[in-house]
Amino acid sequence: MAPFHRTAAIVLRQFYLMRGSPVRVLPIFAWVAVDIVLWGFITRYLNSVASPGFDFVPVLLGAILLWDFFTRVMHGVSMAFLEDVWSHNFLNLFASPLSIREYVGGLVLTGIATSALGLLTMVILATTVFGLSFFVYGLMLAPFLLVLFLFGIALGIFASALVLRFGPASEWIVWPIPAFLSPFAAVFYPVATLPGWMQRVSSLLPPSYVFEGMRAIVAGGAYRGTTLLFGACLAVLYILLASWCFTRIHRHAVRTGLLARYSAESAS
Amino acid sequence: MIMEMDPEVTGKRTFAGVEDSVMPKALSVDRLRRLYGDTVAVDGISFDVGQGEIVGLLGPNGAGKTTIINMILGVLEPTSGTIRIEDADIAVSRVQALERTNFAAVYAPLPGNLTVYQNLRVFGLLYGVEELPERIEALLGQFDLKRLRHARCGVLSSGEQTRVSLAKAMLNRPRLLLLDEPTASLDPAVASDIRTRIHEFVTRDRAGVLWTSHNMHEVTDVCDRVLFLSHGRILIEGAPGTLPRAHGMETLEDLFIAVAREPLALKRT
Repeated sequence: MAPFHRTAAIVLRQFYLMRGSPVRVLPIFAWVAVDIVLWGFITRYLNSVASPGFDFVPVLLGAILLWDFFTRVMHGVSMAFLEDVWSHNFLNLFASPLSIREYVGGLVLTGIATSALGLLTMVILATTVFGLSFFVYGLMLAPFLLVLFLFGIALGIFASALVLRFGPASEWIVWPIPAFLSPFAAVFYPVATLPGWMQRVSSLLPPSYVFEGMRAIVAGGAYRGTTLLFGACLAVLYILLASWCFTRIHRHAVRTGLLARYSAESAS
Repeated sequence: MIMEMDPEVTGKRTFAGVEDSVMPKALSVDRLRRLYGDTVAVDGISFDVGQGEIVGLLGPNGAGKTTIINMILGVLEPTSGTIRIEDADIAVSRVQALERTNFAAVYAPLPGNLTVYQNLRVFGLLYGVEELPERIEALLGQFDLKRLRHARCGVLSSGEQTRVSLAKAMLNRPRLLLLDEPTASLDPAVASDIRTRIHEFVTRDRAGVLWTSHNMHEVTDVCDRVLFLSHGRILIEGAPGTLPRAHGMETLEDLFIAVAREPLALKRT
């Protein structure tokens, strides 16, 4: 048996779910497509009324594309976890030899697969319909995506940990987290626009480094790779913290009986 | 190997030519205790399950049966005490212990949105089953599930779902099988069929089984030994065929009712 067979089992379960249910696959494409179309037309309109010379497409549409990618990564990880909540599968999973590392690894791989599909959809729409060229961002596009990807994974794991801690009724927490963060992440405006306390919060969020960098490049300025590296290091740190948090909460759930009660009432 | 069965006398099966003392127990529970705040759910119990032995864990609702099973499965941490599956301590070697264990419980159905085959494949990978496709085919045949292989588990009848859960529970040829009311809500014919299949598995693979049930006829029929629990303690234990008379009762059901109503009148024997 291959060394990663248990992680593969988690991914395989998600693959079976998606293959057997088109309604699960649709949201991977639908929301990102709606966003790109909506913001594509907004940028087209803004280009027509704004002073000539400034192109909103790489600034606004590019920002939407990157932010949606981050959101898809986070929701991809969380959705895979919620499938186990909805099907009352925790007892079956955690009474097996599966380790938390293998389980979270499976959720992350599922998030990678679903977010890659979403990214592909967005890229095709944004380039073919609205003329967004990724050459504008140059070689920095790859590290931009990497930082957002890492932070999306961290938040996905953290949101799953919260649901594990507070029970299935807390699943709503998963959905608005990106919206709560977006004002601080300075997706559409420079960090300097924010008041001082928001700027301090912003400096703790890896996406803010991505969007600052994106705007700097589009404006023709330089963006230091070390600044983005700091954002990447922050994202890695958050992954480690989120994984630690998930492990601690799982341990707490085993100690208190919360995990057993997810599927069955422990007699007492 | 020839199996000698005389549960009426010994309360357990032994295998000819093998010294019972040198065979590791399928399950060894030592001074297991679980508290919820000030409430004692399991009160320092010790017992074991031998290889090829079916042990009934009996007691009224709230006696602590499911709490014990959850602790053996590693989803609930004991307050104190140890649990060993063969030579693996679950607190120290969780993966090794759970690779040798499996379970079926009416409150832990397999995901209803996957088909029978898909569930068996996913759980086969989780348990690291070698030659998985062949093993799945064998179990589909054994549990009469071949025609249901592409049916989603959520649309199956209770009896069919139980058969799928049992097939999953036997995927890894566990050394210890935990069955929490495996025949609850099944009609007598299906329940009898399920009991036969579990018996066949135990006879063939010499696994130890810990079985909870409220059906005393079933317990008498399948168990080599029973443990009566009340308020988290083992009150009495012995062979189901001889235990009632030893306590002045006609049947195991009478004994169960006595344990449930007047546990203090009985002491561990």
